[in-house]
Amino acid sequence: MQKQGRNEVETGRDDPTRPLRGHPPLKGEGNAAPPILSVNNIEVIYDHVILVLKGVSLTVPQGGITALLGANGAGKTTTLKAISNLLHGERGEVTKGTIVFAGEQVQARSPNELVRRGCIQVMEGRHCFGHLSVEDNLLTGAFTRRDGNAAIRADLDLVYEYFPRLKVRRTSQAGYTSGGEQQMTAIGRALMSRPKMILLDEPSMGLAPQLVEEIFEIVRKLNEEQGVSFLLAEQNTNIALRYAKYGYILESGRIVLDGAAEALRRNEDVKEFYLGVGGEGRKSFRDVKHYKRRKRWLS
Amino acid sequence: MDLLNAIFVKPFADMVAAPDFLLQVLWEGLVAGVLYALIALGFVLIYKSSRIFNFAQGIMVVFAALTLIGFHEHGVPALLAVPLTLAVMFILAVAIERVVLRPLVNQPDIILFMATIGITLFLIGFGEIIFGGENKVMITEELLIPTGSYTFEPFGGFVSIEQKDLTAVVGAVVLVVVLLVFLNRSKMGRAIRALGDDHQAALSVGISLSTIWVLVWFIAGVIALATGIVWGARAGVSFALEVIAYKALPVLMLGGLESVSGAIIGGIAIGVLEKLFEIYWGQPLLGGNTETWFAFVLALIVLLFRPQGLFGERIIERV
Ligand SMILES: Nc1ncnc2c1ncn2[C@@H]1O[C@H](COP(=O)(O)OP(=O)(O)O)[C@@H](O)[C@H]1O
Ligand SMILES: [Mg+2]
Repeated sequence: MQKQGRNEVETGRDDPTRPLRGHPPLKGEGNAAPPILSVNNIEVIYDHVILVLKGVSLTVPQGGITALLGANGAGKTTTLKAISNLLHGERGEVTKGTIVFAGEQVQARSPNELVRRGCIQVMEGRHCFGHLSVEDNLLTGAFTRRDGNAAIRADLDLVYEYFPRLKVRRTSQAGYTSGGEQQMTAIGRALMSRPKMILLDEPSMGLAPQLVEEIFEIVRKLNEEQGVSFLLAEQNTNIALRYAKYGYILESGRIVLDGAAEALRRNEDVKEFYLGVGGEGRKSFRDVKHYKRRKRWLS
Repeated sequence: MDLLNAIFVKPFADMVAAPDFLLQVLWEGLVAGVLYALIALGFVLIYKSSRIFNFAQGIMVVFAALTLIGFHEHGVPALLAVPLTLAVMFILAVAIERVVLRPLVNQPDIILFMATIGITLFLIGFGEIIFGGENKVMITEELLIPTGSYTFEPFGGFVSIEQKDLTAVVGAVVLVVVLLVFLNRSKMGRAIRALGDDHQAALSVGISLSTIWVLVWFIAGVIALATGIVWGARAGVSFALEVIAYKALPVLMLGGLESVSGAIIGGIAIGVLEKLFEIYWGQPLLGGNTETWFAFVLALIVLLFRPQGLFGERIIERV
C-alpha cells in the first residue's frame, strides 16, 4: 500500500490532473518534498444546487504549513471539509476534481478512513465534547488507533507536554473550560490520532491575541518537532502568514492569489485588502477585479 | 374531611403500623423499577448516539425471549441458547444498521423514528412466522434461576422475597454496572458518549458511525434479552409483552432521553412510586389498577415544572 502510494506521488509530476495553479518550486524555501496533499480543481455543491467551490486547487508540501486565507464565506471551511470528507454529513458533495493525500485519491473515503491514513480536521469553533472530561476528549482522538494502550498513553503525555494547561484541567468537563483551553483540547485530540497532517480551521477565532500567538507557536513546534503538516484556514491573515510558508487566498470559491508567505505579505493587494495596511502607488480597484471591495477585517 | 384523612393521614399511618408490609411493597416496586431502568437505558443509548427514538425496543424484548425459548425447544441446552440468542441479536443489530440506518442517515429524525416502527412491524410478522403466535413459558429453571423464596420476619412481621425477583434485581444491577463501566472506561463507550455530545466532531476524529450504531443496537438487544428473561419468568412470553417497553416512556420523560443516570434513577423511582401509590392510595381510593397510568401522570406533572426532565443533561451554553 504504502509503497504504491509513494510511486504515485513520484510519477504524479506528469499527471494531467496536477493542479493548474500550484506550488511552484520556490527559491530557498525547501519545497522539493513531494506534496502530502494536493487538491486538484475541485468543485463542491451543497444540497445538489448551491455551487460553493468553483475549481479550487492547492497543494501542501510534506512537512509544510500552508495557509488558506479569505473572508467569511469564501469557502475555506468547505475546502477543508471536502478534504476530510466531513462534507458528506452536510449534504455537500465534491462534484469535480480530485483530492490526493499521501499519494492516494481520497474523495470517496470516509472521515474514519482519512483519519486512519493520517489526515484529520480540527473544526472551526473547536467542537469539544462538552460533557466529556478534557482527558476523555483527548482519548477519543485515538479512536482509529490499533497500536495499543501503552502507545496511546505515551502520546497522551506528549500532548500534555505541548499543552501543560490541559494536564491541569484534565478532569474538568470540556464544556466548562475556556475558549483557549477548548482550542488546545481540539488540537490535542487531533494529535492523539497520530496525524501526518492536520486541517486546522480558524484556530484564532474568538481568542485573545496573546492566546492566538500561543496556539500558533504550538502549531509551529508540532510542525518542526513532530513533522505534522498543516493546512491552516484563517481570516486572520496577518498571523497566518507569519507562521505559514505558503498561502492561498480564496474569494467566493476561487483561489485568486497564491504565493510564498513572505511574498504575500509584501504584496500590495494583500496589504490593502487582507492586512489592512494601505500601500502607496498600488493599482486601482479596476485592475484587481477579482477582489471585491470590502471592509478591512484585520489590523 | 374523610377524604383528606384518606389521602394525607391514613396511608402514612398504615405504613408505620405495618412496616413489614411497607418493605414488601417497596421491594416489589424496586423489582419493577430496575427493569424499567434497564429498558430505558436501551432507549437512551440509542437516542444518544443516533437521535433515534427506538420504537422497536419493546418488540426486541419479545423477539429475544422467543428466540431463546425457540432454541431450547429445538434441543439446544439452555445455557448454550443464551449465547446463541445473543448472536442472533448481534446479527439483528448489523442488519438494522445496514438495511435501515445507513441508507437513512442524514434523513430527518421523524423518518428514522418511523423506520423503527417499520422494524417493529417486521419483527412482529417475522416472529409470528417463526415462533407462532401462542404464549410461551420462559425456561426459568433451565437457566438455573432459582424459583423458591426467602422469608424474613422484620419488626415481628413477614416479608417474602422470591428468588426469581432477587435474581432479576441482581442481574439488572450487574448489567447496569457493567454498562456504566463500559461507557465511562472503554474506548467504545467513550465514543458513544462523544457521539451523543457532538456528532460532527465525533466524525471528525474518525469515530465510525456504523460501528457505534451496531454496538448500541446490540447493547439494546442484550438488554432486551435480559428483560425478556426476567419479565418472562414472572408473566410468560407473548407478543403482548411488548407493552412493557411503553413503561419506559414515563421514565424517559422523567429522566430525559439523553441521561444514563436519569434512566436508572427515574426507572427505580417510577417502579417504587407507582407501587406505593397503587397499594396505599390507588386501591383504597380509586379501586386499584392505577399502575397503568400513574407513571404517565407523574411524568406529565414533573414536565410541567422541568421540561428537560428531572435529570436532563445540563446544556452547556458556553462556547
Ligand atoms: N451546509 C451548507 N449548505 C449550504 N451552503 C453552505 C453550507 N455550508 C456553507 N455554505 C455556504 O458556502 C459558502 C462558503 O462557506 P464556508 O466554507 O463556511 O466559508 P468560510 O469557512 O470561508 O467562512 C458560504 O456562502 C456558505 O453560506
Ligand atoms: Mg469557516
